[in-house]
Amino acid sequence: MEQILANGVYLGSQYAMIALGLTLIFALMNVLNFAHGQMYVIGGFVTYTFYGQWGVPFVLALFMSCVTLAILGALIERFLFAPVIKGSSREESTMLLAAGIAFFLDAVILLVFGEKQRGVPKIVDGVFNYDFRLIMPYDRILICVLAILSIVAFIGLMQYTKTGRALRALAQDRTAAQLMGVNVDRYSMIGFALGAMLAGLVGGLLVTITGVNLGMGGPTSIKAFMMVMIGGAGVISGAIWGGIILGFMEAIGLALLYQYGDITYLLIFVSLMIFLAIRPQGLMGKPWG
Amino acid sequence: MFNVSAKQLTGVGVFLFAIFVGVPLIIGATGRWDFYFTLTSVALLSIASAGVWLTFYIGRINIGQGAFALIGAYVSAILVVKAGWSFWISLPAAGFFAALVAILIGIPILRLRGVYFAMITLVLTQVVTLTALALPITNGAKGMSSIPLPSGVSLFGIPILPDFAGMENTKLAFYYTACILMIVTYAALYRLVNSRLGHLCRSMQQNEELASSIGVNIAYIRIVIFAISSFFGGIGGAMFGSIAQSVYPSSFQVVDSVNFMLNCFLGGLGYVFGPMLGTLVLYFGWDLLFEFGKYQMLIYSTVLILIIRFLPNGLLSLRIGKGGDK
Repeated sequence: MEQILANGVYLGSQYAMIALGLTLIFALMNVLNFAHGQMYVIGGFVTYTFYGQWGVPFVLALFMSCVTLAILGALIERFLFAPVIKGSSREESTMLLAAGIAFFLDAVILLVFGEKQRGVPKIVDGVFNYDFRLIMPYDRILICVLAILSIVAFIGLMQYTKTGRALRALAQDRTAAQLMGVNVDRYSMIGFALGAMLAGLVGGLLVTITGVNLGMGGPTSIKAFMMVMIGGAGVISGAIWGGIILGFMEAIGLALLYQYGDITYLLIFVSLMIFLAIRPQGLMGKPWG
Repeated sequence: MFNVSAKQLTGVGVFLFAIFVGVPLIIGATGRWDFYFTLTSVALLSIASAGVWLTFYIGRINIGQGAFALIGAYVSAILVVKAGWSFWISLPAAGFFAALVAILIGIPILRLRGVYFAMITLVLTQVVTLTALALPITNGAKGMSSIPLPSGVSLFGIPILPDFAGMENTKLAFYYTACILMIVTYAALYRLVNSRLGHLCRSMQQNEELASSIGVNIAYIRIVIFAISSFFGGIGGAMFGSIAQSVYPSSFQVVDSVNFMLNCFLGGLGYVFGPMLGTLVLYFGWDLLFEFGKYQMLIYSTVLILIIRFLPNGLLSLRIGKGGDK
């Protein structure tokens, strides 16, 4: 039981970070970022290149992941999403663009990093063992703590800084924010960069444990969508809850139903559909987003 | 009833001539027999895309067509292999089964809107794939393979449809079958859009509350539309399974669902024939780029991004001009 709970916390903290970036982008621009999983994979590969290949210290490699993704996100917003949102008659067109970008990033990853599974050396050795009831490698604990710290830092940024206030205002009401003198274009770009950066950060963190490969992008995006739906689209606290709930469901399901294979995911998906049929806006979302 | 101008009639005539006479002639002349399979796929995928387009028409983003295509493919395969039905009876059965599933699932989920509906349909695709893996009747990951080719049909001793297994050129036969199905689908779609139901759909697309307040039964219409949409998906999927002679849980995945949606976007959501053009451009373009080897995906996605960047309202928006919204 302790083991299941620990796994739940570990998975939940990773998932919450992925969902945060996705929900931030959705809240600001009303864009469903299909490319989120691919951004996560790129983050993983950047850390792999710096830390695993060139021997740069892990923290610096992680920082490079963040910077790369933030720049990538800013460019994508500035030159692709912003003009398309202005020019299209139905805002759903951005979904086509997002899917196109997902394909594009997949192609780039394939060409630059290849299709092999990549892993890096462990950052800390050893296993935490509490009476054989709770076994957790130290590097997982470290990653989990780092993830929780990043989430706290992100919430702090959103709550107490000028940028955070501007972003929240933008998410609440774009027009009103503009009338209050918020530079909408600039903060949209910052918000998108921040969301992409979070994806890169998780990718960099997780490469030390699960490694990274080309095929991880799509499934990660789907999981992120699910977490956002559980919590409610475009709500920061909802994304965190969604991540934690999905993390626990997966940990418990895999522990109890491991001999049935993929049945866990089937159950999670079905219960999600029933849940959404009863409460369409998720736990904390505004009705009809 | 039909306000068909001479110009439209000529257009349809040219189109029919092109796909039934022109394409086989060109393929015969160039010897690219593999194009038959590509074009057959385009025709079948555009049937499924037509369904997605129809759900767009009531203002819902549908990323779940892969689920219904997979259901259709499995229903047809199981009926033919295990129950020994003729393929031609299993084809509508597959469509109706997909529509039935759509009604049952649609009653709760069609209350959702916007991205919520989009995401739940995306999850639906995943659910159906996993169900196909888990159920015993679908053979799990092994899938159903070596499905027999469609057999002949005769009514009162008069052969109506030939036996596909006894044919030397099944590619051409499948091409014609798929094209006929596609034309029937799009004719039905055109008729639907220009009917009373189509007008009601347009009112829902703009504002559901307003439509409801003037007496449109929105709950009923959206279920009907979703069922028709899934019927198309089931038919497309069943035919696809028959041509490939196999169905696997991975035959239609989330990527396929997304592609169906992209076909509609690319062709243009405001035009009945948009999904057909979108499917042709996307699928055929992908096939043509095969020669670039590992750069295929890069070129394909770059072109896709450029198209949406400079033509955000779809390819057919190029000839908009006359203010027609259809």
